[in-house]
Amino acid sequence: MADRKYTEEHEWVEVDGETGMIGISDYAQEQLGDVVFVELPDVGKSLGRGDEAAVVESVKAAAEVYAPVGGEVIEVNSALNGDPSLVNSDAFGDGWFAKLRLTDSAELDELMDEAAYRTFCEGLG
Amino acid sequence: MRPAPKEQPPRKLSGIEDRKGDDTLESRPGRQRAAPGLTEGVNHGRTSSGQGESLRFDDRVGQAARRVRRRLGSNRESGVATEPDAEVCKTPLYDLHVALGARMVPFAGYAMPVQYPGGIIAEHSVTRSAAGLFDVSHMGQAILRGDDPATSFERLVPGDIAGLEVGRMRYTLLLNDAGGIRDDLMVTRIDDKGAPALFLVVNAACKDADFAHIAASLAGEAELQILTDRALLALQGPKAESVLGDLAPDCRDLVFMQGAEIRVGDVDAYITRSGYTGEDGFEISVLAGAVAGLTERLLAHDEVEPVGLGARDSLRLEAGLCLYGHDIDETTSPIEAGLAWAVGKRRREAADFPGAAAILGQLADGPVRRWVGIRPEGRALVREGAPICDAAGIEIGVVTSGGFGPSVGGPVAMGYVTAANAETGTEVSIELRGRMVAAKVADLPFVPANYKRAR
Repeated sequence: MADRKYTEEHEWVEVDGETGMIGISDYAQEQLGDVVFVELPDVGKSLGRGDEAAVVESVKAAAEVYAPVGGEVIEVNSALNGDPSLVNSDAFGDGWFAKLRLTDSAELDELMDEAAYRTFCEGLG
Repeated sequence: MRPAPKEQPPRKLSGIEDRKGDDTLESRPGRQRAAPGLTEGVNHGRTSSGQGESLRFDDRVGQAARRVRRRLGSNRESGVATEPDAEVCKTPLYDLHVALGARMVPFAGYAMPVQYPGGIIAEHSVTRSAAGLFDVSHMGQAILRGDDPATSFERLVPGDIAGLEVGRMRYTLLLNDAGGIRDDLMVTRIDDKGAPALFLVVNAACKDADFAHIAASLAGEAELQILTDRALLALQGPKAESVLGDLAPDCRDLVFMQGAEIRVGDVDAYITRSGYTGEDGFEISVLAGAVAGLTERLLAHDEVEPVGLGARDSLRLEAGLCLYGHDIDETTSPIEAGLAWAVGKRRREAADFPGAAAILGQLADGPVRRWVGIRPEGRALVREGAPICDAAGIEIGVVTSGGFGPSVGGPVAMGYVTAANAETGTEVSIELRGRMVAAKVADLPFVPANYKRAR
């Protein structure tokens, strides 16, 4: 929890050593509504910070998900292929998207911590 | 996270030229008079006309996406999300929607619920398994009177209206002079104290233009009364009859595409057995002042849940029902759109409807393109505007409606393809985010209709 950082576009990254697990926030899944499809990146793909990492589709809209930090994709959450609604039911847990081997952990400093992100979302009304 | 870019706008493959027809004629709505039943009550104007706005269904998706974009921060410099325009209209159920926790979006000039807290899939499912209640008060309701309003109205539509008996309802099309579709609508022959009359229900986004067109075209022979004082509910699903039957036992006697004046509890209503979901169900027209109470009574049933525009779209998509402004418009003909059945036999022989030459020509020779169902492989959704290609990669058409079918459990779509590729089972591919998704032309509907038909 303490290690989870957020972007202003509602992606999150949780760091464990050199690995960052990424996903979208509970606020984002709430805005999207029922998620019915997630297009995950290929394992081995190298993502720069801000590159498109995934596409998430709800019944009503499609949204692109960007890598909150750069890194190489080392694992994806294939459970989402069978049950995309995990993004709705557990955005910060079973609804994770991918794990990255971080390129530059200094990029984390640019992201919001939990408290800052909460304040940011409250400001969105 | 940002909304994905929209696919390219639909391209015209062929078909009928978009012509304005007599859009420039001024509206001369008929004198309004009081009468019982449908015509009861005092007319009052809408707070805002919504005229000139032809927000289409997609606009609510677009608006929702724009809202998400604002909320999700990619447009954060704009600050507070702009809520529906000041001119936006409210249905008489607006406060109830808000109280129920609906997410309201602008649609066809109205603030409408796109979903309630349970979400679109739950609302879709309850409509297929029990009963969903929809506020469709934004749609246009009117009564056409005259010496022979059915025969008069036939000058604007290709359907057999004169042959409708009292209490029978028909789907028909307002056509332009080129045979393109100005709007699609439901017409019910009603008894107006012994005088002949038609009850019309048209699309919200088209209603001002439709009513102006009808009133002007039929001036001198028929009068159009726009029922601005009435609300419209749709109760849809296999439990609709048992739920409504508790309050209005006579509704059980109606079969699909029939209507009657029926009291619902203590409320006068005009009820038709019809809808836009592929399920059995009713549309209930009542005075605006009575609709909130009736809605609460219906929602008090355990088997009824409120359903918003999101599930209304997924339900009609699975039912293979076209949506005006997307699947059909002024550039599409009824024949291309698979609506040849709406061109009455007698009308074909008489060739006396707008655009008859073009439409009958397409009937005889076959249209260049056809509107078909499409089943994409896999789980990725294809949406409106996505190009459709044949096996050789040649573009043969475009998706006009597409999304997730909750009952199908996967993506479903509909669109136009060249006639040579329109046969069920034809392998096609659809462009999606720079790659091609395999798909097959499929029979419509995707989910079997569950109407209560006459035996």
